[in-house]
Amino acid sequence: MIITKNLSVGYHSKNKKQSLFEDLNLQLNAGQLVCFMGPNGIGKSTLLRTLAHLQNSLAGEIENKSGKNIALVLTDRISASNMTVYDLVTYGRYPYIDWNIELTEKDKQQVDLAIDQVRIGALKEKPLSELSDGQMQMAMIARALAQDTPILLLDEPTAHLDLNNRVEIMNLLRSLSRNMGKAILVTTHELDLALQTADLVWLATANKKIKTGIPEDLVLDGSFDEVFKFKGFDLKTGRIEHEAHRGIAVQLIGEGFTYLWTKNALERCGYEVIEKSDLVIKVGSSQNLYWEVAGEKISTLAEVLIHLSK
Amino acid sequence: MFLKSKFEGRQATKSYDCTSIQIVIGKMNVNKTWWKQRVGLVLLLLILFFADIAFGSTTISMGDLIASILKRSSSEYEDIVWQFRIPKALTCILAGSALATGGLMMQSIFRNPLAGPDVLGLTSGASLMVALVLLTGQSGNQLLQVVATNPWSLVIAASVGGMMVFALIILIAQFIKDNTSLLIIGLMISAATSSIVGILQYISKAEDLQAFFIWSMGTVGNTSWTEIKVLVVIVAIGLSIATLSQKSLNTWLLGENYSRSLGVNINRSRFWIVASTGLLAGGVTAFCGPIAFVGLAVPHLVRLGVPTSNHKILLPFVMMAGACLLLFCDLLSQLPGHTQVLPLNAITSLMGAPLVIWMVIRNKQIRI
Repeated sequence: MIITKNLSVGYHSKNKKQSLFEDLNLQLNAGQLVCFMGPNGIGKSTLLRTLAHLQNSLAGEIENKSGKNIALVLTDRISASNMTVYDLVTYGRYPYIDWNIELTEKDKQQVDLAIDQVRIGALKEKPLSELSDGQMQMAMIARALAQDTPILLLDEPTAHLDLNNRVEIMNLLRSLSRNMGKAILVTTHELDLALQTADLVWLATANKKIKTGIPEDLVLDGSFDEVFKFKGFDLKTGRIEHEAHRGIAVQLIGEGFTYLWTKNALERCGYEVIEKSDLVIKVGSSQNLYWEVAGEKISTLAEVLIHLSK
Repeated sequence: MFLKSKFEGRQATKSYDCTSIQIVIGKMNVNKTWWKQRVGLVLLLLILFFADIAFGSTTISMGDLIASILKRSSSEYEDIVWQFRIPKALTCILAGSALATGGLMMQSIFRNPLAGPDVLGLTSGASLMVALVLLTGQSGNQLLQVVATNPWSLVIAASVGGMMVFALIILIAQFIKDNTSLLIIGLMISAATSSIVGILQYISKAEDLQAFFIWSMGTVGNTSWTEIKVLVVIVAIGLSIATLSQKSLNTWLLGENYSRSLGVNINRSRFWIVASTGLLAGGVTAFCGPIAFVGLAVPHLVRLGVPTSNHKILLPFVMMAGACLLLFCDLLSQLPGHTQVLPLNAITSLMGAPLVIWMVIRNKQIRI
């Protein structure tokens, strides 16, 4: 859908070219959700704007086989507070209508469809000033969907949102790429979500290049470690590293979620969980929550931790 | 069995009712036409227009007034009505709608609630040229004396001044691709020209100063029918460009990037919006002198009664409300029955400032 050939991206400052990315040969395909990742300030937004023709490239070509119309969700703030969600979504139809802003039946259908897809029907009449950050982002996505384009570019759509909203937005984008065959590019610096939802990752590396691959490959070959230089986060297990500072090893018997969260609690508090130890904790099932430490039955994990520290 | 099916049937119709009601409500709100507000404002405009003609320093009875308007009487009132009051009321309508529309456009394009038609510095440019004509020795130089006594000279001077600043702004707008910078440059041009006017005032003679002072207080009472014809053309062109720009005015609310992604040629759109504001503000300043606050306050007042951001709805409301506000201010300035007339510019500021303060307090903040 979008193919770049030897694309260089950046900006002109004082007659000097300041390039952020050089010689990019990338491809954004239909039906794919691509997460464009990299540290803050590396130029993700600049490349996104260049792909959207909002900014000129320094060199190279951008081929857009679907025509010029690309729908965008940017980080720009919208200050018109009297605007309702419905008004905002109708903006998506602006490329198709003339100066008199007369929506045809088809335009109205597209607007309603977009609102349904993002499931914000209940917010239709709300002014933007009354929306939460998450609702605002959903409305912006609905606006982009109403534009009815095969390509959707989103700049940091999950920034400043809580976990629930972040997951909702990424799930929505994934279903849009799968079910409607849209090519979707999302810039983000949030690893956890991208790793679990992206079909493909574009990873901005330090040498002004972009490495592409499926998330798991990039985890295993250490590319992510190289770019993000993790401090105390083990990407391969997807967990924060804990130092077993107490020097006490515990054997844990059990299964399921209770087992996992008990392990989490122990490791977080500096215990080591190993295969075989004298100190044994038995874990009950999630239907029947209990912990058994040295023959004593305990009903919460907090008490288990207190018991252990004695 | 019977009971159950009956119950189910009731359930079904009930839920059907609910959805149909929802659809109706949805449609009503989405396609809001604001008919009540439209009719109300048109009525208000008619009442104010008539009142502005009816009241003035000469008291005219209702019968005489109607006879004069219909040109059915040979009374001396006919001259007052047709040569003075009707031109004045028409000027109010033209100037009010022009300034308010200019203000709305500037607030939208700069996404700044404090912008008005004078932010581009056109008014100050006009003041500068008028000051040059009136203050540099009207009482000395003979040639200038001829110029200053010609009724068109102030109009021409103000137009030249406005056009010069306008050309400068358009030129700068070609190089500067950023609205905030354009806003700052407009304000700086204002400040610079105002200070030159200040210097001119400082060095000029008292009687010249009086003439300039009167001009700078703004008036709608000096326009002849010929001048009104010119003003009608200028305002009609300005308002037409504004109306044709309603779609891009809407997209400017989302900012430059979204505007471009929605297929708006932002440089062209900016040019036309600035051009139309220049024409409207410059034209009004040329014929009426500077009139403050109408352009700033009216869009906010309209948004209060018609809470929408769609310029297709806002523009006609703002045009009518601008006309109403200026008619109202003019009514106040004449003090019915009195021969004394208060300066219009002072009245618009006196009316406008408390209105804006009230809106800020009521809404906790002021927004576009």
